[in-house]
Amino acid sequence: MLRFITRRLLASVVVLFAATYLMYILTAYSGDPLEDLRTSTARNKEQLIQRRVDVLQLNVPPYLRYFIWLGGVLGAFVGKFDLGKNMNGQAVSAQLGSAIMTTLQLVIVATLTAIVLGVIVGISTALRQYSAFDYTITFTSFLFFSLPVFWVAVLLKQYMAIGFNDFLQDPQIPIVLIFVFAVLSAIIWPGIIGGRWMIKLRIAAIAFVVTSGLLLLLNMTNWFSSPGIGPIAGLVLGVAIAFAVTALSTGLSNKRARNASLIVVGIGMVAWWPFNLLSMYVSGFAFFGLAVASVLVGYFVGHFMGGEDKAPVARTAAITALLMGAVIALDRFMQAWKPYYESSYISGRPFATVGAQTPNLQGSFWVMGVDKFTHLLLPTLALLLIGFAGYTRYSRASLLETLNQDYIRTARAKGLSERTVVVRHAFRNTMIPLTTLVAFDFAGVIGGAVITERVFSWSGMGSLFIEGLHRVDVNTVMGFFLITGTVAILFNLLADVVYSLLDPRIRVS
Amino acid sequence: MTEERAENAIELKEVEGLSQGKIVLKRFLHHKAAIASMVALLAIILLAFTSVGIDVGSEGAKVKIPGWWKYDYAQINDVENGGLPTLDLLPSFIDGTGVQIGNHPFGQDEIGHDGFARVMRGAQQSIMVMFVIGIVATSIGVVVGSIAGFYRRWVDAVLMRLTDLIITIPVVIVGAVIGRAVGNLGAFLLAVFLGLFSWTGLARLVRGEFLSLREREFVDAARVAGASNRRIIFKHILPNAIGVVIVNTTLLMSAAILLETGLSFIGFGVRLPDVSLGYLINENQTAFSTRPWLFWYPGLFIVGIALCVNFIGDGLRDAFDPRQKRAITAKDKRVAKVVTK
Repeated sequence: MLRFITRRLLASVVVLFAATYLMYILTAYSGDPLEDLRTSTARNKEQLIQRRVDVLQLNVPPYLRYFIWLGGVLGAFVGKFDLGKNMNGQAVSAQLGSAIMTTLQLVIVATLTAIVLGVIVGISTALRQYSAFDYTITFTSFLFFSLPVFWVAVLLKQYMAIGFNDFLQDPQIPIVLIFVFAVLSAIIWPGIIGGRWMIKLRIAAIAFVVTSGLLLLLNMTNWFSSPGIGPIAGLVLGVAIAFAVTALSTGLSNKRARNASLIVVGIGMVAWWPFNLLSMYVSGFAFFGLAVASVLVGYFVGHFMGGEDKAPVARTAAITALLMGAVIALDRFMQAWKPYYESSYISGRPFATVGAQTPNLQGSFWVMGVDKFTHLLLPTLALLLIGFAGYTRYSRASLLETLNQDYIRTARAKGLSERTVVVRHAFRNTMIPLTTLVAFDFAGVIGGAVITERVFSWSGMGSLFIEGLHRVDVNTVMGFFLITGTVAILFNLLADVVYSLLDPRIRVS
Repeated sequence: MTEERAENAIELKEVEGLSQGKIVLKRFLHHKAAIASMVALLAIILLAFTSVGIDVGSEGAKVKIPGWWKYDYAQINDVENGGLPTLDLLPSFIDGTGVQIGNHPFGQDEIGHDGFARVMRGAQQSIMVMFVIGIVATSIGVVVGSIAGFYRRWVDAVLMRLTDLIITIPVVIVGAVIGRAVGNLGAFLLAVFLGLFSWTGLARLVRGEFLSLREREFVDAARVAGASNRRIIFKHILPNAIGVVIVNTTLLMSAAILLETGLSFIGFGVRLPDVSLGYLINENQTAFSTRPWLFWYPGLFIVGIALCVNFIGDGLRDAFDPRQKRAITAKDKRVAKVVTK
């Protein structure tokens, strides 16, 4: 394995050299870097041109200028890393730093959500193959797949952001709309859960009542102008999470796991008030620390309660603890909504159509978090729709393929429960090909959000690249490409290694 | 149990005494969504190419065939009625005006370009780019993939490193750089260049197919019988890999149309005086609140074309995959009963 990795890395370095050279030449010959100056009417035009030629060394032909740039990159080995200067004479590496952070915020949330949602939906459609639900999702995912991201983005801006902002002026859902939502959920839920006609009818009735009741309740409590979860709904949610996680992770027959999860939810409820009192002191690091702490608490409770099989119980309790922590944090974020909405910088239109943050806004961690959410919502949705379609199709096909295998037949023949067969035997093997897809996706995603960033005016990597290319600013483009290219190569390698670790039938050589 | 026997019977009945091509065709014709998409795509192509006519070539050798639509895509007309679209598909008993096409069915922009002519010209360009990228990328991908997979050793190593080299560069990036460099040479050359950089995925798949197929007995048999390498590649291995190739070509083409429109949108694709669907959307995105039709129609055409190609690809995948189980319909069961009796 070590030999394989070394060899691949060496080959990758060669590939990267060739790719950067190709890219450099293509970019340099794609246009004239002095174009804006040549047509300018400035009096010191000649001087300006001369200065740019000096800074960017334009008098060296591109096929040789590459090596000057390469020298700067290789300077990293002697501590003098230099990506050259952009057209305005600023160092490219400084620009890249902030651009990467912006892009990562955007793509990580979108990609993770797309994976989780896509896998869940893909698997539920595979389990209900050829049902109306399956056909609907198949059609929808084809539709999403065929949507150009920039077109969706403009529609989202127009209808989501502006529409929702208008709604927030007077946040009451009209009765007609509540009825429509209730009917829709009465159609969708029975489709997902399936079963015989009587069961379907019963589910439809329950879905109708629950949806309309919930929306009416939200209307009456004026939820949309001052949202929150509150301890009562929090407790209900927590118990539901405990049962759901137990059912998926170990099965409800495992009483120890169920009790451990419920205890974790209890601990979360006890921690609710002290957390809210202290929450104004929470920062980004503390937030992350609390998340880790909640997982640890869950793990130890599970470990302590576990009896003779500690591992599954501890796992179940840890997942429950993390989700319970998420509920508490979500409640706190929602409490920050009202001060955020009333802040003078927002001027009553919280959902932004451009940019990564509200300029000049100051506030606690929670308020800034809400600000991030309102800015991330639209671009994330745009990226999500398209990524989601791919993951849905792929995980559906993968699970169907797995369910046809002999070992699934064996598992069923042994008399294992359907949950065990699907979750333990089929799901895990379905995830193996998916891991490679995820690795490839992450590799592409750093540079792949070019168009989305452009539409939403995020000043991330994509905007940097487009701006640089428009002005034939070779150093900026190359700085961008060096990062995306390296990430792509590393993740491709990672995909191969992970695949061979997960699937012992594949031997790398 | 009976279910399974019925399934087997259906499958046997399906393939009885037919050649592979016939089986595939039959399965494809069964796929309703794919057939509907095929018809829709042909209709769109026909509409786009007959309405504003064909206009190719540069100054020297121009081929121009006029279409049946009265306006040209570059022609500037008087703005009628604020540029509102005159297309009305609602019959008179709903809104009282009756079905009509009118002078400017897709509206006009602020200087008076006819929306319909521009969308049709844009659709022409986008479709042409899609096919050219598909053809160029498929040919290169198949050749590279089969040579690498068949000859292995150093040929394989060299070709696959070349593939890695191109795969390293995200396609939007390379597309943008190429578009910046050759976009002014016209849409056709742009498409050829884009094709030169989008064959990598297909090459890897074809190589994989070749690696497994070349170890099969029928290849050994052909070699023992004295067949040349060329004959083995073209007559024995390639026909068995054709399913993978065709399916992935359609996927490639649907990705290609989105690539072209995306590039034109960020300003690196087709340029004025020519137009493409992505260019039209870019041009009109800021005018969404005043002239939404300029934005809707090109978008709907992109979605329509991409959706059709995706469905055709899905139909082909089902048709080529022998393990694929279809939903068992009542008709299938009737047929099966006749067979199992």
